[in-house]
Amino acid sequence: MTATADRPRATGTPPTAPPSGRAPSDTTGKTDRQVRRIAFSQKLSRWDVKYSPYLYISPFFILFAIVGLFPLLYTAWVSVHEWNLIGGQGDFVGADNFAFVLQQEQFWIALRNTFSIFLISSVPQVATALLIAAVLDRNLRGKTFWRMGVLLPYIVAPVAVALIFSNMFGDQYGLINNLLGNIGIDPIGWHSDVFASHIAIATMVNFRWTGYTALILLAAMQAIPRDYYEASMIDGAGIVRQFFSITIPQLRPTLIFVIVTSTIGGLQIFDEPRLYDSAGQGGASGQWMTITIYLYNLGWGQLNFGRAAAVAWLLFIIIVLVGLLNLAITRRIASGDNPQKVLNRAARRAARTRRDQEVDA
Amino acid sequence: MSAPVLPPVAVVEADAPHGSSPAERAAARRPKRRRRLQNGQRPGFLAYGFLTAVILGSVFPLYWSFLIGSGDASTITRQDIVWWPGGNFIDNAAAVLTDGSVNFWRAIGNSIIVSTVVAAAVVLFSTLAGFAFAKLRFRGRNGLLIFVIATMAVPTQLGVVPLFIAMSQLQLAGTLSAVILPAVVSAFGVFWMTQYLSQALPYELIEAARVDGASMIRTFWSIALPAARPAAAMLALFVFIATWTNFFWPFIVLDRQDPTLPVALSLLQSNYFVDYSVVMAGVLLSTIPLLILFAVAGRQLVSGIMQGAVKG
Repeated sequence: MTATADRPRATGTPPTAPPSGRAPSDTTGKTDRQVRRIAFSQKLSRWDVKYSPYLYISPFFILFAIVGLFPLLYTAWVSVHEWNLIGGQGDFVGADNFAFVLQQEQFWIALRNTFSIFLISSVPQVATALLIAAVLDRNLRGKTFWRMGVLLPYIVAPVAVALIFSNMFGDQYGLINNLLGNIGIDPIGWHSDVFASHIAIATMVNFRWTGYTALILLAAMQAIPRDYYEASMIDGAGIVRQFFSITIPQLRPTLIFVIVTSTIGGLQIFDEPRLYDSAGQGGASGQWMTITIYLYNLGWGQLNFGRAAAVAWLLFIIIVLVGLLNLAITRRIASGDNPQKVLNRAARRAARTRRDQEVDA
Repeated sequence: MSAPVLPPVAVVEADAPHGSSPAERAAARRPKRRRRLQNGQRPGFLAYGFLTAVILGSVFPLYWSFLIGSGDASTITRQDIVWWPGGNFIDNAAAVLTDGSVNFWRAIGNSIIVSTVVAAAVVLFSTLAGFAFAKLRFRGRNGLLIFVIATMAVPTQLGVVPLFIAMSQLQLAGTLSAVILPAVVSAFGVFWMTQYLSQALPYELIEAARVDGASMIRTFWSIALPAARPAAAMLALFVFIATWTNFFWPFIVLDRQDPTLPVALSLLQSNYFVDYSVVMAGVLLSTIPLLILFAVAGRQLVSGIMQGAVKG
């Protein structure tokens, strides 16, 4: 829509436009017509200003409603019905699907595996990422090179990572067992033992995400005013004390953010365990079957959408709960060590710096 | 935040000098080095050694896949570890590409189409919405923006069951549209562009355009979009990679005959689990395009994450 003053009729008038009264234009005076025309184009321009913003944000909201919000809510509807892939919606069955799922041993095995893999991957990942970020925060030569090198695994698809690592963690001929054999350790049953398989899958997750997390933490580290370190140095704090008393507390919002996002992603893990062996069922006795694999098997293996939706809804609730729990724990840990003394002294010097860097993680 | 192509002076994002003043003075007294260290302590061999180990860890799995992928079926069953690539990579890659049951060529085409379309659509919609949120005044703006940010924490992947039902109803199951449509929504993208435009686009420019008689959409097209270009390029990069590597939803909704690359890889594994050299050749084939992208735009990727990128 252009708001030029000539021939407003020719430019697409919005459907809500009132008749612009140009029909009897031959009989009306010339001046009158021009006044009308300007008035009309101004009106157009006002609508443009008023409604354009809504028009511009509408694609996101409309699409999110269709492919994001609606499916998630509709999952609850599907989960209380008999529903299969071929027949579609069946009878209302109330909480039967949930009851069935909760009585299955497989569901609890899947829950255990998911949490086990999540913990084995995220705790070391955040710790390692902190360490890498702390080293990258030093005054290195070739900053960009190191940062890029750390980030490289992020571009490898989880599926590809899973194939590479499941080969390296092969039970018989795998590289890892081969190397272990060379130093006299018996081969480990990476594909048969529950805990060993979790370690292998957690390794894949960490391979891909540690560098990424490190860079996020590094960005947050660089926003910490250097005066804090200076002040603590004068107070006689060593590098380790600085790390735990200044760096960690200052990184709190970022740490919370990283942990919450890795929870949301980590509890839905599918790609790596699915491709950890060629069958894709999460092991002969479900050693590494995760909740999402279980969901997939119910929905697209047994063609029972009602039950699959019940699992999805349960997982949704679990993710929300764990997210809240995370928030509480992270708050406590990160604020455990009180940097008040340092901050007060540094604050006076760094007041201006800190105003300038209201970082929103 | 600065444009991806930076003058060498401005490459450092936010490295304020660490140095304590006594150390600085000492450094000034010493003869001038080739490069002055702002830091009191120069990072020692320990730091470089540690980072070297980390990078070797990043690269090694890819090298290993090349080792296996250039060998033959017997490579992995040998008791001694092979450290040098064999000469069969081309043969294995050919085996992957000509395999009748996996349709690898088709998968490459599909992945390119899906990733490109999704990246372009996300950038367009996110920039539009970001422009509105950052620079235009309208009722409910803050509330809606908070809503957008809140949706970033919603695990929308868990809506797969109804989403699949809906796609089947719409006769879209098995088509690329079914993969593209859900991916076009990116709360992160909207948030990212809002952040960027709110500080990269001066109000004066917009007002000037309005005074010149430009309509809103013209203002967006001629003023906001060019200003958003650096952030849009980064966003496109992230979305492209995320879409290229995405597996769960395409695996559910696509036919086995018409896959994207990750889906094709999973099929490859179930077909060739005896001959890992072919599988690994496939892994490499599907990763090479992203490796090239990384070589070209890795720097932008790094600074994008450093500017507050989000997982997922």
